[in-house]
Amino acid sequence: MSVISAQDLDLTFQTNDGPVHALKGVSLDIEKGDFVSFIGPSGCGKTTFLRCMADLEQPTGGSITVNGTTPEAARRARAYGYVFQAAGLYPWRTIGRNISLPLEIMGFSKSDQAERVARVLELVELAGFEKKFPWQLSGGMQQRASIARALAFDADILLMDEPFGALDEIVRDHLNEQLLQLWGRTGKTIAFVTHSIPEAVYLSTKIVVMSPRPGRITDVIESTLPRERPLDMRESPEFLEIAHRVRDGLRAGHAYD
Amino acid sequence: MRSLLPVLTVLAVIVGIWYLAVAPMNVRVALDQAERAGAEVMPEGSVPRRAVSVWRLMAQNSEHVGLGYALERPRLPTPAQVGGELWRTTGEMIQKGRPFSKRGLIYHGWITLQSTLWGFLLGTSLGIAGAVAIVYSRTADLSLMPWAIISQTIPIVALAPMIIVLTSQVGVESRGVPKAIISAYLCFFPVLVGMVKGLRAPQPSELDLLRTYNASGLQSFLMLRLPASVPYLFTSLKVGIAAALVGTIVGELPTGAISGLGARILIGDQFGTPLAIWSALFAAAVLAGTLVSLLDVTQRVTLRRMGMQA
Repeated sequence: MSVISAQDLDLTFQTNDGPVHALKGVSLDIEKGDFVSFIGPSGCGKTTFLRCMADLEQPTGGSITVNGTTPEAARRARAYGYVFQAAGLYPWRTIGRNISLPLEIMGFSKSDQAERVARVLELVELAGFEKKFPWQLSGGMQQRASIARALAFDADILLMDEPFGALDEIVRDHLNEQLLQLWGRTGKTIAFVTHSIPEAVYLSTKIVVMSPRPGRITDVIESTLPRERPLDMRESPEFLEIAHRVRDGLRAGHAYD
Repeated sequence: MRSLLPVLTVLAVIVGIWYLAVAPMNVRVALDQAERAGAEVMPEGSVPRRAVSVWRLMAQNSEHVGLGYALERPRLPTPAQVGGELWRTTGEMIQKGRPFSKRGLIYHGWITLQSTLWGFLLGTSLGIAGAVAIVYSRTADLSLMPWAIISQTIPIVALAPMIIVLTSQVGVESRGVPKAIISAYLCFFPVLVGMVKGLRAPQPSELDLLRTYNASGLQSFLMLRLPASVPYLFTSLKVGIAAALVGTIVGELPTGAISGLGARILIGDQFGTPLAIWSALFAAAVLAGTLVSLLDVTQRVTLRRMGMQA
């Protein structure tokens, strides 16, 4: 059974300038343990699709299930961790207390909280920064802390909305590598929105190419790359071939109007 | 303490202008006094002098201008006279062992301070409660906010006597209660506006984050909206407490009150003792400055503890 399954999903926003078709006829299955990237130009609905999975947007047509239930039930069951484009750490909480925020809300015991915070800080290589405030950390470290926050309550699904979009190339490479290792260790199902072709190809088992007006899926590419992926794999012919196909898909779907 | 020098410079300029202004302001009174004492004054008689400008009077009677700096009932007292009066009504009272004498400003300041703090407490609570209602209820947003704004356009001097009459009608004998209400009336508005802004400070993505945790409304209020509003709250509290003090003093003016700084100002006016007015005025300013500074220190300490740099 698929972890996330969308059938003919539609979402139309009513605006003052008339209806905007953010998603039209989107169908996709995400299997357990998949790393799925969504790539496409602005307005193609990739973030909207992710937000539908998270029950942050309500589709106007079609159906979507998460863990076999409605997105709302999945959200109430805290089935996923969501990482936003901005780290969104609370400035009045230390890194440790930012990570324990979901744990406090979900009512974990104090000792369990401390143990989990220590574990996920280790996982994102931020051990020792627990007592620091967000402004004392670099942008990349803040984003890692926000990933740790999404990991803290052990949801099986990780929804990531351009988490590295605002970071520079070098930090981004490093975080991509770390994210792959983390995915390998935890076996989570990850849905990942990005603007970057190399990032999508490097990370994913499945690349979903989308195009705007109306937001739709134009191509789904199953990656042939092995699960073990050192950074220099990005120069291999196989990698470049997949990247080429993604680029073609983006070009084909892009109406230059 | 980098700001010390500019502050002292401005202070020195103000004091300088003040001293210069004393001569023209007091010259007529000084000449009347000199004439009564038998001195030659040009022109003779206080009524003919009214037609002459103060500058000519000063030029023609330069030897008497200095008298204006030592009058018992000056039009404009000198800073030294005001300082002396302040000392006589506060420090000297303490030295005499009667700090709370009704002739001293400590007693009157205390009366005003009490009402101010009660009004501040009441106004702040109302302001915060109103802001929570406005942020959480669209109905409150549409209905409460316009009235809050309209309420501040009514001159408090017009409203104060009515509040006093109405509270006595419902059987409230204490003079403190109407004063606290008037003070709260002025104080709630900045707190309300600041808190509405503060409670709405969180970004949509920050609220979405809590939604993904399936957080309850109370949890998102306590963990996000409330802490996010703290910097806004302190800024409004500082404006609010100054407004509360003004409200109390205004509340003391038309009530026939005999204690409080406002009453001292009114009585000083009725009995023609400008020194009493000026010293009460300065006592009020010192009080306001102290209260605002205390809040400022609390703000710094709180924000530092919260990890947010002030």
